[in-house]
Amino acid sequence: MKRNYRGLFFTPYVLWLAMFVIAPVALIIYYSFFNIHHHFTFANYQEFFSSGTYLTMTANSVLYAFLITLFAILISYPMALVISKLKHRDLWILLVILPTWINLLLKAYAFIGLLSHDGLVNDLFQFFGIPAQHMLFTDASFILVAAYIQIPFMILPIYNSLTDISDSYIRASRDLGATKWQTLTKVIIPMTMPGIKSGIQIVFIPSLSLFMLSRLIGGNKVITLGTAVEEHFLTTMNWGMGSTIGVVLIISMVIVMLLTNTKRKRRRTS
Amino acid sequence: MKKFLAALIAILALCAGLAYGSDQLTKSTGDTGNKVLNLYNWGDYIDPSLLTKFQKETGYHVNVETFDSNEAMYTKIKQGGTSYDLTVPSEYMVEKMKADHMLIPLDKSRLVGMNHYGHSFLNKSFDPHNKYSIPYFWGTLGIIYNDQYVKPGSLEHWNQLWSKKYRNDIMMIDSARDILGFSLISMGQSVNTTNSAELIRAKDKLNRLSPNVKAVGADEIKMYMAEGEAPVAVDWSGEASEMMSQNSHLHYVVPTEGSNMWFDNLVIPKTAKHFKAIYAFLNFMNQPKNAAQNAEYIGYSTPNMSAFKLLPKATQDDKQFYPTQNLIDRLQVYSNLSPQKVQEYNDLYLEFKMHH
Repeated sequence: MKRNYRGLFFTPYVLWLAMFVIAPVALIIYYSFFNIHHHFTFANYQEFFSSGTYLTMTANSVLYAFLITLFAILISYPMALVISKLKHRDLWILLVILPTWINLLLKAYAFIGLLSHDGLVNDLFQFFGIPAQHMLFTDASFILVAAYIQIPFMILPIYNSLTDISDSYIRASRDLGATKWQTLTKVIIPMTMPGIKSGIQIVFIPSLSLFMLSRLIGGNKVITLGTAVEEHFLTTMNWGMGSTIGVVLIISMVIVMLLTNTKRKRRRTS
Repeated sequence: MKKFLAALIAILALCAGLAYGSDQLTKSTGDTGNKVLNLYNWGDYIDPSLLTKFQKETGYHVNVETFDSNEAMYTKIKQGGTSYDLTVPSEYMVEKMKADHMLIPLDKSRLVGMNHYGHSFLNKSFDPHNKYSIPYFWGTLGIIYNDQYVKPGSLEHWNQLWSKKYRNDIMMIDSARDILGFSLISMGQSVNTTNSAELIRAKDKLNRLSPNVKAVGADEIKMYMAEGEAPVAVDWSGEASEMMSQNSHLHYVVPTEGSNMWFDNLVIPKTAKHFKAIYAFLNFMNQPKNAAQNAEYIGYSTPNMSAFKLLPKATQDDKQFYPTQNLIDRLQVYSNLSPQKVQEYNDLYLEFKMHH
């Protein structure tokens, strides 16, 4: 009787997993082995790993995703640190989360208004006597906007792990003669490593395929794997190749997960 | 939590109520029986007042559903489960749908008013003798420039885009065939070439253009050009006419050495059911008065010559959108390519986009 009930509670979870996790991934993997004539083939993988275009695109995607993640950390960590020390920190963190309530596309268009040739930023520049700059469609503007969009997702886990640190650790470190800098680098940062790692996991993967931003802000001068997936599904109707790129993205996600997880385990066992 | 749930339920109930209400409203204006026509069209691609007029005249209610790319429309019709009576593919898609047996031939004996169409717009290679399709609108690929930055008349040929003057100045429509197409035309080749060596040369030539390319985009080009963000763009005439209505400094040129000419066409897909309504609608749209009204609303070029004569004088004389016969003869229409060639075009195009 009891066991039956447990099975019942378990079914929604299993069904969910089967329908929305396992089935789509299985379908992507299945499609990746077919060419445009629906014949079974390994050619898609062969093409991906032997074509200079796709390999440069992968390198580009990883490089941009790395830069976006890096900038997101550089901005988020100090911000989380400051917010966690503030009096009304719950309110401040709410303000950080607020932009995620706004649709991504709207935010992208808002940035077009800010960065365009006659936009607000250039108006400000001219006020200080700096000539108007072409800011849209540059690598810098793409990374800026992408980092801006990812920052809330980076701040939250870091902030949570910061607030989890008991004050006694910091006091202990001061009592033992550590400077403020030493407390930060030897105590606080190592203890918030899990937060930083989950931030990286949440930010890095979506950054690999930001095709909407690379078009609107990057003017398609930044080509990432997402651009290629979109093209294969919508223009050439080569679902096989599109799926192959999808599989590569899934595998890179697994790699990032493994890289950011193993160290934590090792520390626990030592 | 309770409050949150209550709010959530209230919103859902409100939406359901509104949806039901709007459903009732459309039902009462329309006909629930057989007097309907299911039109599968591009977004905002017919004057809504014509649909009301059509219903008043014939009693058929038109249900419009929209798509945003030929490929999306193709996939949806191919997958089945729909009952579209008419749809509006571009020329190469007519050819593809025809090859895949997805179209029903037109019954010419039931069509009235085909004599209104200009000779340049009928019997094209994608559909000989218009067995399956009636041209709906047509247009070209060309260059849009802003006369605040570019001297009028100084930019009239594809090759001029490569000039050092236009460094980081050009916006281009994100479409493999159009971009490789103008590069091919600038070298005197066909836009339908299947010769790989020619295609690679066209791509190499485009690579040399990349310092001049500011961005490659889609709909947003209209906004950027209207705001004066870029001085030059390569885009379709339909998009150009929309930009020009927002910014009077913009001008559209079709290079004299030739360009692409595109057609959107009314066709009957295999899923059609209401044939009486279909022919009533086709004949209704063939009427010069209605075609002219539609052309004025959409702003694209109409292939219906009798309708053309009803358009305002300024539109008729507009060489940007109704070029001379001499130029029309030099325009090339896309034909459907094999999937391998489509892939080749797109791969080369992707390489160009990645070139810095």
